[in-house]
Amino acid sequence: MLSCAARLVRAQIQSKPTACWVVAARGYADIVDEATFTTNEYALHKLDEGPSQTVTVTRDDALKYYRQMQTIRRMETAAGNLYKSKVIRGFCHLYSGQEACAVGMEAALTPDDHVITAYRAHGWTYTRGVPPVNILAELTGRKTGCAKGKGGSMHMYGKNFYGGNGIVGAQVPLGAGIALALKYTGSNNVCVALYGDGAANQGQVFETYNMAKLWDLPVIFVCENNGYGMGTAVERASASTDYYTRGDYVPGIRADGMDVLAVREATRFAAEWCRSGKGPVILEVATYRYSGHSMSDPGTSYRPREEIQEMRKTRDPITGLREKLISANIATAEEMKQIDLDVRAEIDKAVEQAKTDPELPVEEMYTDIFVDEPPFKVRGTNPFMYGMSK
Amino acid sequence: MVGNISRRNMAALQTLARRCSTSIFKRHFSVSSPVAAQMTVRDALNTAMNEEMKRDESVFLLGEEVAEYDGAYKVSRGLWRKYGDKRVMDTPITEMGFAGIAVGAAMAGLKPICEFMTFNFSMQAIDQVINSAAKTFYMSAGKQTVPIVFRGPNGAAAGVAAQHSQCFAAWYGHCPGLKVVSPYSSEDAKGLLKSAIRDPNPVVCMENELMYGTAFEMSDEAMSEEFLVPIGKAKIEREGTHCTLVSHSKSVGLCLEAAQILEKENIFCEVINLRTIRPMDEETLINSVKKTNHLVTVEGGWPQFGVGAEIVAKVMESDAFDYLDSPVYRVTGADIPMPYAATLERATLPGTQDVVLTVKKSLHIQ
Repeated sequence: MLSCAARLVRAQIQSKPTACWVVAARGYADIVDEATFTTNEYALHKLDEGPSQTVTVTRDDALKYYRQMQTIRRMETAAGNLYKSKVIRGFCHLYSGQEACAVGMEAALTPDDHVITAYRAHGWTYTRGVPPVNILAELTGRKTGCAKGKGGSMHMYGKNFYGGNGIVGAQVPLGAGIALALKYTGSNNVCVALYGDGAANQGQVFETYNMAKLWDLPVIFVCENNGYGMGTAVERASASTDYYTRGDYVPGIRADGMDVLAVREATRFAAEWCRSGKGPVILEVATYRYSGHSMSDPGTSYRPREEIQEMRKTRDPITGLREKLISANIATAEEMKQIDLDVRAEIDKAVEQAKTDPELPVEEMYTDIFVDEPPFKVRGTNPFMYGMSK
Repeated sequence: MVGNISRRNMAALQTLARRCSTSIFKRHFSVSSPVAAQMTVRDALNTAMNEEMKRDESVFLLGEEVAEYDGAYKVSRGLWRKYGDKRVMDTPITEMGFAGIAVGAAMAGLKPICEFMTFNFSMQAIDQVINSAAKTFYMSAGKQTVPIVFRGPNGAAAGVAAQHSQCFAAWYGHCPGLKVVSPYSSEDAKGLLKSAIRDPNPVVCMENELMYGTAFEMSDEAMSEEFLVPIGKAKIEREGTHCTLVSHSKSVGLCLEAAQILEKENIFCEVINLRTIRPMDEETLINSVKKTNHLVTVEGGWPQFGVGAEIVAKVMESDAFDYLDSPVYRVTGADIPMPYAATLERATLPGTQDVVLTVKKSLHIQ
């Protein structure tokens, strides 16, 4: 009954990372600046070496990751509530449970690296630099939204962030194209192209693996395997659920997607691989989503509630990090509680704005069709109605 | 006396005679008679790409056989030898993948020219053209541009049967966010492709395989490196007063032939070469219809929901309607998949007799 990925994540519970060393301690009650942990094992495909299981994190970074993950969690929860009260319409795919992927990867990238993902994009939009208020306002269709309300949940863009894409799998060749541009211009940066376990079977993904490998494109293919493609568990959709091997001649890594430090380490390895001109690499992160596929899906008809509850209790990325930081004496429960409160206040304020900001005036619907174009008439819904695209 | 003198020498003699006579009667600057340059459509497209690649480092070409093979139809001949692997890329036979890669490269700031060996194969990649390229500027509220050109031969060729003969003008012309051009002559091909490459929006450039080898005169202006044909403006190829013929691509030639035939019967047709399918030059159309009061559209594609159908609708809804003395008629390909046999194929595509007949019907002439 449990999905393959859930089983995988559960199996890792047996070897839950607990070991840590205190690097610099002066006294029993003193907080340290840095701590080291051991992650779960990585699986490797066509690689002799992989990311290190020994990961070190500074206090500042740790608290930053905590805050970022908590922000995404709160923001997604708020989005869910806004959807239930019909302020958000259409599609809304929540990232709750998968926070460690976006935050961990971002931690190993720079703002000059490029990212493209599919429609479960709100978390990534945030880590790529768009403030939560502009994400929530986009979801509620207001003009302060990051796409002025014209895009909605699935079409949010930012600097070096290409959305937010609605067609399953289409973002993967786009990502390789971005990588091609990076290589073409002699840049040292990489492009991360994310897709899910469902998209992993798309033909265009394999077409892209082929060209990326042929041309040594600096693209990291990331499969966010959350165990389900909409309502279909991975073993019902894929003849092989080892997504990190599906690239065949493209080397691959599988990492624990619920551990932000493991994700960071694996991404660091993958980025280094690409930057050194060795071509593409696949990174599968085994993760989990608490909500259904989207807000139209309760998410309980195809998986047992106990599975969801168990994940929350034992593998939650935010709780997991909190426990690590406390046990390693790198942060206190009180300061993390304060972060929780700060984040809640920030998101609550953003929600208010997202509910009250105005939508674009209707005339604006005719704009943004072409760039650098003198104004032209655009036909409306009857032969006597025209707008101007300025 | 003229007997064995070659034509060229004859022309030289005549020029000499002319000069002598004019110099006797008046002083003037010596002017040599200009020899008009001729260029095939293929070479015009090749020149356009070459000039734009020379001008802008970010322009590059990708597609099947564009590099080492010199292009399936030799349109990209010599470009790989000149610019190398980085700027002229052979792709595997994976349209959806390489079209997506091209769109991604455009999003990241390059200016790709994505060649489809024919537009029939673009159907495999059409999601990338429409959903990833055409709609993105709008969905991002102006944040994300996609400066890409999709080009290749469109419509019927010769004897290539149903799967290789479809015209996609109507399909691509349907979509907001895309510009769609359809050149006829060499001047059209060069100028429109150059404009398309310089345009920061996604442009679909539909060529015609049967026109690649046709040579046209090119003015000095058209031969220059800065020659551009504006997207969105039709060209009146031939002025007339009795009936307007509007067309795009190879069918423009058909209209010109028909106009010549009709001229012998003192029927003077105005022939409009659309040049751009989207945005269509309504103004030129409407002004012409107001002048001639009759309109026949001519295209190679299928009739239903086609370019002609759109023109009819536009004219109906405009004030040109009140100037019509006849319904607008469409000459199109037959409403069938393209057959292979030569007789059947010939009957499937419009010929001059179709245009002549339809013009006469419009003019109520037997």
